Order: sequence, then C-alpha cells, then structure tokens
Amino acid sequence: MRAAETMTSLQRTLTTLGHAEPDRVPLFLLNNLHGSKELGLTPKEYFANPEYVTEGQLRLRRKYGDDCLYSFFYAAVEVEAWGGEVIYIDEGPPNAGQPIVGHFDDIFDLHVPIIGEIPALNRVLRATELMKAEIGDEAPIIGVVMSPFSLPVMQMGFEDYLLLLFEHPEAFRRLMEVNVEFCIRWANAQLAAGATAICYFDPVSSPTIIPREMYGDTGYRIARETLPRIEGPTATHLASGRVLPIAGQLTETATAALGVGESEDLCDLKATFSGKLSLLGNLNGIEMVGWNERGAHAAVADAIARAGAGGGFILSDNHGEIPFQVSSDTMMAIADAVREYGRYPLDGDVRDA
Amino acid sequence: MAVDGVAAKRIAAEAVDPDHPLEFVEEIMVPVLEEIGAGWERGIYSLAHVYMGSRICEEISDSMLPPSPGEGPTTSRIAIAVLNDYHLLGKKIVRSALRAAGFNLLDFGRCSPEVLLERVLENGTEILLISVLMLPSALDVAEFLALAEQEGIRLTVVVGGAPFRLDPELWRRVGADAVGHSAFDALKLVRDLSGEAKS
Repeated sequence: MRAAETMTSLQRTLTTLGHAEPDRVPLFLLNNLHGSKELGLTPKEYFANPEYVTEGQLRLRRKYGDDCLYSFFYAAVEVEAWGGEVIYIDEGPPNAGQPIVGHFDDIFDLHVPIIGEIPALNRVLRATELMKAEIGDEAPIIGVVMSPFSLPVMQMGFEDYLLLLFEHPEAFRRLMEVNVEFCIRWANAQLAAGATAICYFDPVSSPTIIPREMYGDTGYRIARETLPRIEGPTATHLASGRVLPIAGQLTETATAALGVGESEDLCDLKATFSGKLSLLGNLNGIEMVGWNERGAHAAVADAIARAGAGGGFILSDNHGEIPFQVSSDTMMAIADAVREYGRYPLDGDVRDA
Repeated sequence: MAVDGVAAKRIAAEAVDPDHPLEFVEEIMVPVLEEIGAGWERGIYSLAHVYMGSRICEEISDSMLPPSPGEGPTTSRIAIAVLNDYHLLGKKIVRSALRAAGFNLLDFGRCSPEVLLERVLENGTEILLISVLMLPSALDVAEFLALAEQEGIRLTVVVGGAPFRLDPELWRRVGADAVGHSAFDALKLVRDLSGEAKS
C-alpha cells in the first residue's frame, strides 16, 4: 500500500528545490497544449481566452494530480509582442511566422514593447491571475520567458541570427539591450500576476547550438545581467540541449533549477549539479508519443533512480512542452508511476522495477 | 574549430588547381564536411559550427565549380524541402553541404504535403530530402507518402531533423526510406542512392 502524501505540491516543490527529500518526487507535466483537448477546442480557440486556459490547466491537474500549473501559452506569444505574426495549427504549438527583423539594420529601430499594450501578453497575465485565484498556495504556477539570447531565433530566423552572432557584433549588442529589458519586464509582470517562478528558456546557450567557448561572452553574460533583475525564482531550460560542458558557468547564473534533456546521463547531471542546481527533466517527449503504460513506468522509474535521491529533482519532460500527440493514457501512466516509484525514501531497487 | 570564412577562402584559392576544381572539392571540401559532421555526432561541434562550416564550404565551392555542375558526381534528380515548418536552418545546412560537395539539387522551400507532391511531379524527383523541426511536421511525412502512393509515384525519401533524432524509430513509422542525423549523413546517403539510381 502506498504511503499517504503529506505535502502540498508547493511544499513538495520547495523542499526538493532546497536539495532535501519531500514526501515524493514532484511531477511537472508541462502540458500547455493539452488543455484545448480537454475543452474540445482548437489551439487557436483555446489560447484566445484566458478563462479557457485557466480551466484547461485546472482540469489537467485534477486529472493527473501533478505538481504545478503552467501559465505558458506558446513560445511565439513573445513574437506577437514585437509585432510578429503567429500561425496556428490544429495539432501542435503555434509557430512564429515571418521574422520581424528582415535586415540587420532593422535592429536599430526596435523599441522595447510595453507589456500592458500587447493583447497576447495580457491574456497570459489574466490567465495567471485566474490560476492564482483558484490555486492559492497549493501548487506553484510556472510562467515562462524566452531568454534575450534565444528570442532572436523567432525575431529574425535561425540562419540570420547565426550570421548576426558571428559577423555583426554591434547589431547583436543592440538586440540584446532591448531583449534584456523586455525579458525582465515580461518576467516581472508574470510574477506580479501570480506566477510563483519563471522558466527562462535559453536553448541557444547550449553547446548543442553554439560553440561552448562562445557562451561566456553571450548567453552567460546575458543571463548574469538578466536573471538577478527578475524578482522571483527562476529555472533555466535549454530545451533538450546539452548542459554539462557549461555546467560551471550555469551554476553562476542565479538560477535555481535546470531543465535537462535525454542526451546526457541523469547520473552524470546529478553528480555535477548536486547541491547547486535542482534538475528538471528528462522524459523524452518525442518518444513519449509511442509509449504504452509499461514504457512510461520504465522511463519514470529509471529517471527517479538516476536523479531522485536527496531531492533536487523534479520529474518532467525534456523540452518544457509535452507534444500534443502524447495521449492522456500515457500522461496518466506517468502520473501513476511517479506515485509508484517516487515516494521518499526511495526504494533501493527502484530501477529494477 | 575557428569559424573564419576569409582564411578558408584564401587557403582554398591557394590550393585549388583551376583546371580541376572538382578534385579540390572531393579531396579537401568533402573531408572537411565529414570532419564537421562527425564532430557534431560526437557532441564536439555545435549546430553553429555545422551551419557556418557548410555555408563557407558552399561559398568556396560555388566560386570554383560551374553554375550547373555537369562534371558533378550525380545526374539524379535530387530535391530538398521543409515540410510545413517555418524553421529552415536544417534544410539550408544540408543543401549547402551537398552543393559544396558538387551535387546539384533543387530546393523546393517550405511546402505542405500537397504542394510538395506537385513539385515532385513537376520535376520528376527521384531522391527527396525532407527536413523538419516540429513533431507535427515529422508526422506529415506519412501524409505526403500516402499522397505519393495514391498518385503511383515511387521515389526515395530521406528525412532528418530533431524529432527523428529524439525518437530513433520515428523515420520508419512515418514510412521514410532512410534518416540522416547530420549533413554528412545526408551526403553519404545521397551518394549511395544516386549511385544506385544511375546504375
């Protein structure tokens, strides 16, 4: 018989972030796209109304009993703030359309958007307020910002952004100036609306994307400038990219947790970051689409066995967004498995299970 | 690895035999692309290395080889496309690497499955490389192949992109003929497949 859970989701999360063992491993099902299915709406209809998103998140948490509400809508919401277009599809996240920066000179004409004037951002803030009113201090609400260093992939396209990085240092500096200010204001607006913590998505900083030696002068410097000015706790997520080659610098960026992917061993990650940063991850969201109940249980048990001991670990996916195609049965199996294998003290043979 | 296009172009200009530029492409450029691809696979090089390296190699190759490379290593009808996604970097990298190695290929750009089928029909494409970033787009490969089958078209489809890296069996499930995880993978596959197509 399973032991009763003795903590609220917020207590469980805060305990593990303090590198101690709560009653069980916290589970963050980052299923921002799945609320539309719960309500029988298309993503476009769903994200148009903050009340729908709030209801969707509340229903999902009641269903799976995971440990957070996710006020993140979709990454391209920030493109709307800069005047860009968002393209909706029926079975996945909305995409950013044509880049707002068509030429490098355009960067010098950019001005920091005013948060309160952007309808898309206001919808996120309203949903955050509604979630906070419902959930109180029972569970954390996780808001999201794109890092100033990674946002340009959507502002100008990946190819042009790489050229900017390597060949146009002055325009790059200017873009970072406006992006840093926007990121801080956007994060703090979400915290003021009721978000408990901010997930700082920074995939471009990963050595998977840029040369490791480039990080110090770019993503690291920008995170050091940005994160201390965000008035609440942050988690940094490199969206499946590798983190170990820049582990030392990541721990110096004033972030509390780190989203990790499947390409690095959780044992190595745990040994590297233990007592310094909590880990968030690393279930493979793409493989998850094909999991059955047994596959879900095996993956959950393995992740907990590798990274659960001593706390400092939140079970989640590897990317910060569970694909739309992942079934309800699979998410239920993950939720059941974390209750099966994630109770502290962990069983010594959890991996064999 | 230093990303220095100016130095790379200077070295290439000094080393190439103007009467036999394809030898330089085969003996220098292709091994360079192989080295970068292998480094990407091992986690030594980043996506930025791969992109900038491919771009510099393509520029050098373009400056050496004739616009329509009749002396290139293939006469197959090869094309590359992005399916539905708005993320074009992967296609650009593979296209650059193949062009740098002397292959002539058509770039269909970003297409829906229906438009991609039209392009294939118009051009008599025999080898089609499809690049995707998002999972829904990866799943659209199956839709494209179903449309192609309805039309009775037989072609070889090679897929690549993040969803296929994260789920190593996904390329089989969507019905592709092969998967490439790097530009060099794509180069090897196209070499093998175009050789088969010619024989």
